[in-house]
Amino acid sequence: MSDMHRTKQARDRWNFLWEWANPVKFMWFSGRVLPWLIAATVISLVASLVWGFFFTPEAINFGSSVKIIYVHVPTATVAVSAWFMMLVASLIWLIRRHHVSALAAKAAAPVGMVMTLAALATGAMWGQPMWGTWWAWDPRLTSFLILFLFYLGYMALWAAIENPDTAADLTSVLAVVGSVFAFLSRYAVNFWNQGLHQGATLSLDKEENIADSYWIPLVIGIGGFMLFFVTMVFIRTRTEIRLRRIHALELRERMADA
Amino acid sequence: MIALLARDLALAIRAGGGFGLGLAFYLIVSTLVPFAVGPEAAVLARIAPGILWVGALLACLLSLDRIFQLDFEDGSLDLLATAPIPMEGTVAVKALAHWLTTSLPLVIAAPIFGALMNMPAPGYWWIFVTLLIGTPALSMIGAFGAALTVGLKRGGLLLSLLVLPLYIPTLIFGAEAATRGIGGFENTTPLLLLAGITAASVALLPFAASAALRINLR
Repeated sequence: MSDMHRTKQARDRWNFLWEWANPVKFMWFSGRVLPWLIAATVISLVASLVWGFFFTPEAINFGSSVKIIYVHVPTATVAVSAWFMMLVASLIWLIRRHHVSALAAKAAAPVGMVMTLAALATGAMWGQPMWGTWWAWDPRLTSFLILFLFYLGYMALWAAIENPDTAADLTSVLAVVGSVFAFLSRYAVNFWNQGLHQGATLSLDKEENIADSYWIPLVIGIGGFMLFFVTMVFIRTRTEIRLRRIHALELRERMADA
Repeated sequence: MIALLARDLALAIRAGGGFGLGLAFYLIVSTLVPFAVGPEAAVLARIAPGILWVGALLACLLSLDRIFQLDFEDGSLDLLATAPIPMEGTVAVKALAHWLTTSLPLVIAAPIFGALMNMPAPGYWWIFVTLLIGTPALSMIGAFGAALTVGLKRGGLLLSLLVLPLYIPTLIFGAEAATRGIGGFENTTPLLLLAGITAASVALLPFAASAALRINLR
């Protein structure tokens, strides 16, 4: 009996999480939190970029080009995290049918895609002086290009389907299946490149052997870009919810006219 | 289910759908490549396995939208959905029909087109084997993509955008196994990984595809 009691208690403790799936509650909560989020995003981004660009020493082998790391690494981190967030949100939608979850996944996709593109672009700009080429078929670079294609397909499917619930369902199925294949591609690409060339010499684990003076602004930068992502997803989800409401109001008016 | 397979095969052959068209497309791709890269035998031999794999993949892609589209339009897909066989079975049979009518001819033709590209002798065997192992995955993944886009008016282009990224692992392992086999290297690992992708796709994707079909038929 006490066991059952305890599990029920545990369930009650986590139930509050699902309450945020109520659009009204979400709007209230996100409206309250957004100003703070925006402030935190601006402060951490400005801090990390100013610190990183102007107050870190120039690396001996890299010159000042190393400073693009303060955009490159955070955007890459967010690009991958955003896909995971979309996967989780899609699963929540498929299992528990919370509309906010589906809309949040939809809202996250363009942000994640832009982050992927930014990581690729800054990588190319960094690669040009360092490796002497804009692009190499290195496993990491290739994986990001593939991730970009997955974002494209996901967004195209959202855009193509008119019925919002059908679109949410199908894109969620695509996100789940696509995640498996994206994961598979990551390892297939590793395999492929080792098969053709020597092992990857370009993808040093940058964070392992970096000095503290670069490390701290970089961590702040990753936090800042994460906050930026959360802020954007909140704003875009709020827009999506408002769009749904406008749509519902229009439908109701048309019904009243008829 | 056998009746469904027979029906799909008969329709594909008589209605002149992807059956010959995919094969003709494959031939054209194999013919165009030497014009683009030049007729040197050594260069062609080197890129032949990759070109044959990409060509097979594109030819397979060409007829994917026919897997469900026609049945969706004339309403027989609704009947199949309410039929006593499970939806997963329907999807698997339709993917099998696509494989038999589109992919299998490509697999058989690939060694012949390989001759056009001066592929060395072991290549005929390896391109045949890798395509034979890999194409069921292509058909099954394609059936999943077709199930996602079946309700759309002009889903063809979207279908390729969705399906091509999903094809990447199959392509990598397939082309790698063929290239290594031709070079006389050990290629058991990519072959096994390719077979693994096919086995997993055939086992799991019917469930995802039928989920998508149910959503579209709602």
